[in-house]
Amino acid sequence: MLRVQLTINGYKKELDVKPDEYLLESLRKNNYLSVKKGCDSSSCGVCTVLLDDSPIASCTYLTVKADGHEITTVEGIQKEAELIADFFGKEGADQCGYCHPSLVLTVYAMKKELVKPSDEEIRAYLVGNLCRCSGYLGQHKAIKAYLEVAV
Amino acid sequence: MRCVNTDVPSIDGKGLMMGKPAYADDLAAPDSLIVKVLRSPHPFARITNIDTSKALALEGVECVLTYKDFERRPVTRAGQGYPEPSPHDKFILDEYVRHVGDEAAVVAAIDLETALKALDLIDIEYEVLEPVLDFEKAYGHKSIVHNEPEIHEMFPIGFEPKKNVAASYNMHVGDIDKTLAGCDVLLESSFYTHAQAHVMLEPHTANARIDYQGRLVIYSSTQTPIHVRRIVSQALGYPLSKIRIVKPRVGGGFGGKQCVHGEMLLAAITLKTGKPSKIVYTRKEVFESSYSRHPMRFDIKLGATKDGQLKGIDMHLLSDTGAYGEHALTVFMVAGSKVLPLYNKVDSVRFNGEVVYTNHTPGGAFRGYGAIQGNYALESAIDMLCEKLGMDPTSFREKNMIREGETSPIFKIMGEGTEGTAMNMDSCKLDYCMTRGKELIGWQGKYPCQKDEEHKVKGIGMAIAMQGSGIPNIDMASAIIKLNDDGFYNLLIGATDIGQGSDTVLAQIAAESLGVDLDKIVVYSSDSDLTPFDTGAYASSTTYVSGNAVKNAADNMRQMVMEEGAKALSVDVDHITFDGEVIKVIDSDQIMTLSQLANRLYYNEDHKQLVATNSYVGTKSPPPFMAGFVEVEVDTETGKVDVLDYVAVVDCGTTINPKLAKVQVEGGLVQGIGMAMYEEVHYNSKGTLITNNLMNYRIPTRKEITNMHVEFADSYEDSGPYGAKSVGEIGIDTPPAAIANAIYNAVGVRIQTLPITSEKVLMGLLQKRQEENDKSDEDTHYA
Ligand code: FES
Ligand code: FES
Repeated sequence: MLRVQLTINGYKKELDVKPDEYLLESLRKNNYLSVKKGCDSSSCGVCTVLLDDSPIASCTYLTVKADGHEITTVEGIQKEAELIADFFGKEGADQCGYCHPSLVLTVYAMKKELVKPSDEEIRAYLVGNLCRCSGYLGQHKAIKAYLEVAV
Repeated sequence: MRCVNTDVPSIDGKGLMMGKPAYADDLAAPDSLIVKVLRSPHPFARITNIDTSKALALEGVECVLTYKDFERRPVTRAGQGYPEPSPHDKFILDEYVRHVGDEAAVVAAIDLETALKALDLIDIEYEVLEPVLDFEKAYGHKSIVHNEPEIHEMFPIGFEPKKNVAASYNMHVGDIDKTLAGCDVLLESSFYTHAQAHVMLEPHTANARIDYQGRLVIYSSTQTPIHVRRIVSQALGYPLSKIRIVKPRVGGGFGGKQCVHGEMLLAAITLKTGKPSKIVYTRKEVFESSYSRHPMRFDIKLGATKDGQLKGIDMHLLSDTGAYGEHALTVFMVAGSKVLPLYNKVDSVRFNGEVVYTNHTPGGAFRGYGAIQGNYALESAIDMLCEKLGMDPTSFREKNMIREGETSPIFKIMGEGTEGTAMNMDSCKLDYCMTRGKELIGWQGKYPCQKDEEHKVKGIGMAIAMQGSGIPNIDMASAIIKLNDDGFYNLLIGATDIGQGSDTVLAQIAAESLGVDLDKIVVYSSDSDLTPFDTGAYASSTTYVSGNAVKNAADNMRQMVMEEGAKALSVDVDHITFDGEVIKVIDSDQIMTLSQLANRLYYNEDHKQLVATNSYVGTKSPPPFMAGFVEVEVDTETGKVDVLDYVAVVDCGTTINPKLAKVQVEGGLVQGIGMAMYEEVHYNSKGTLITNNLMNYRIPTRKEITNMHVEFADSYEDSGPYGAKSVGEIGIDTPPAAIANAIYNAVGVRIQTLPITSEKVLMGLLQKRQEENDKSDEDTHYA
């Protein structure tokens, strides 16, 4: 076991982790249950968390590498998540919801990173966040509406 | 309408998006044993020796089970009504393994690391058997996939395991050979579809525990909790009354969770150890060891008169059910029953064939459920026939397709596993869907193609489709509505929301009947102890079947409230009005609010609980219809195809929640486009699935999907709740055929094997060029 220090959702935490433990596992073990698992190969995006404000796939990110860094899950941005969720609700763009906590985080990170992104830029930024239910277009509309209000 | 046919946001979306714990793995007991399965590396083998002692000796390992620990009780994992139309051909664990990824042993340990170590410590020897890897050679193959004496069919489904046949079927209307012989134009062709994977983002997940009453409680990510309870009980010989299945939020199903995956093993572990346990499939396990769409081959003959009257359809189908016969017969039948009635003006139809066992990952339920395969084959063949006739394929369809008020003999003959039910198309706006779709895509002027740049051609194509709304006389749903103090209601339903939004839609139906706003309805769904019977989320049944049950229960509740209100106001029930919130005596100022009535009922005077319940089983299965149009662009140098636009006009009766319905159709379209173009399934020569992760099994991303247009026809189905039919599956059906047709219209290359990849299109183009060159050589020769 190794001891790592992380700031998770604004709080300093010390976690004991195995050297080969991925961040996804560490977070779920410690009850950050909003972080989901869909694959094991950085291919689906549902395990996304923010590492110092940038989205990463936590299923393939060793927890020890995150030592000293800041981790944000959707539990850490509840107000923003609620706002984004309202836009999705209006479009009917929430179905099973499994892809959403990570998508919300990525949209939130994108908003900070890109200024007035075009349709193409939005799609490129979010391309790693798969959704099997919605067909993407409703989500896209919701995201654009949110950006207009939020930017 | 106050709640129905309005765009309310889903009742659970916000909480899920904010990351509230809701899915099966979120709800596992924190100290759950981790369950892992030792899986076969061979497509077909017999376990000759299995020694678990070293694994058991490892610290932290609580339990290791092999086939020796179980009584031999064959079951089917298919979550269907009972008795199932699928053979009972699966044991919890067996001496034989029948596909790569099949279950050989199971371990439970205190953590994942220990469980994985334990798997390595199981000594297992196999006698490797010759596998059946080509479904076209499975019939009568010298290897028999299922040779065990205990397996059986539940009623006749054409089960002949000694010939590797899981099911077979044969029907005809009229004399097809005679009809075809009398036709001016004939078409004969074959089509292949592949084993698409569901890729619901939440993998199969379940957890189990023994509760304080000594009952086995399983939280399962399932579409069919009632069936899971029954199957687990049968498999383990454990009383049904001691099992409780809770369905939490489900991260997508698409038919993939209409089956038992892991629950039997999990239950066995928890019963044996008395400890909570959980199983979460890896993505590789989801690909290899759950199930996929049945691959199929269709041999089709069509005959028509010169003026474009379709006279006969002859369809022979071979389906690959893989190692187990889950949904073998029913998917096969839907491939006929949900496409053949589209052309109801024919004189004769024949539909027959077999579903064969192979040593592949089993086939199972998947949105579209055979209809998408049948649609690709028939709707491609229709376009090929139109070409021979020199007819615009939309005019041909308009001339031959089913219309409102009409019927087809197929409905009565073919059900799902048994006979069907005769029905008239009381609501069918397919003609409108055609006209509107043509307008939206700009058929006139764009058909068949336009050359853009040097090596880019745009083409348009289309297909029509139908599905059903539940299985008549089989799919049963019920609902309970409870009035609470202060005047709000609980809606208890066995219907399973798997992300399609049924909790919301059913709440809307209840709110409409009860005359209240949606927030006065608190939904609790799918807990086998608490909610009433419902066969589950499949066969596009929830809105129609469960929706009718909810409406009936709500109507009953309304009546009860009125009666109690009248009593409280000391008048006859005929002398009051009730708008959902206020009970008023006619021609008087006397009123009472629902809240007042409820408080009086429960706290002060009457001391009487109001609970209403009702059930529904359909006597027909009104089909939703759709016309799908696509514009593609083909690069003639590379064979690359881009979908530029997809237009879908859908008749699903009244949409209860138009936005949710629209997104559901869009999701279906994208899955259909995925099946048509992106999702490839490859096995190596040894029978191992190569496309077993999300790196090389590619589903569409948001980059590929830039343009779709979904509209609904103005339609009303009398037998549905507030005029609704189903909408869950219809969206997926048309893309394979429509895209194949559009590519042909663009560049004259006909792809008859899904998926339609750039390589296949390019090969087709090269071959065509070659043929044209040969022909011009010949012409010069003769000149
Ligand atoms: S679980 Fe990490 S990308 Fe899929
Ligand atoms: S809503 Fe189900 S995966 Fe996106």
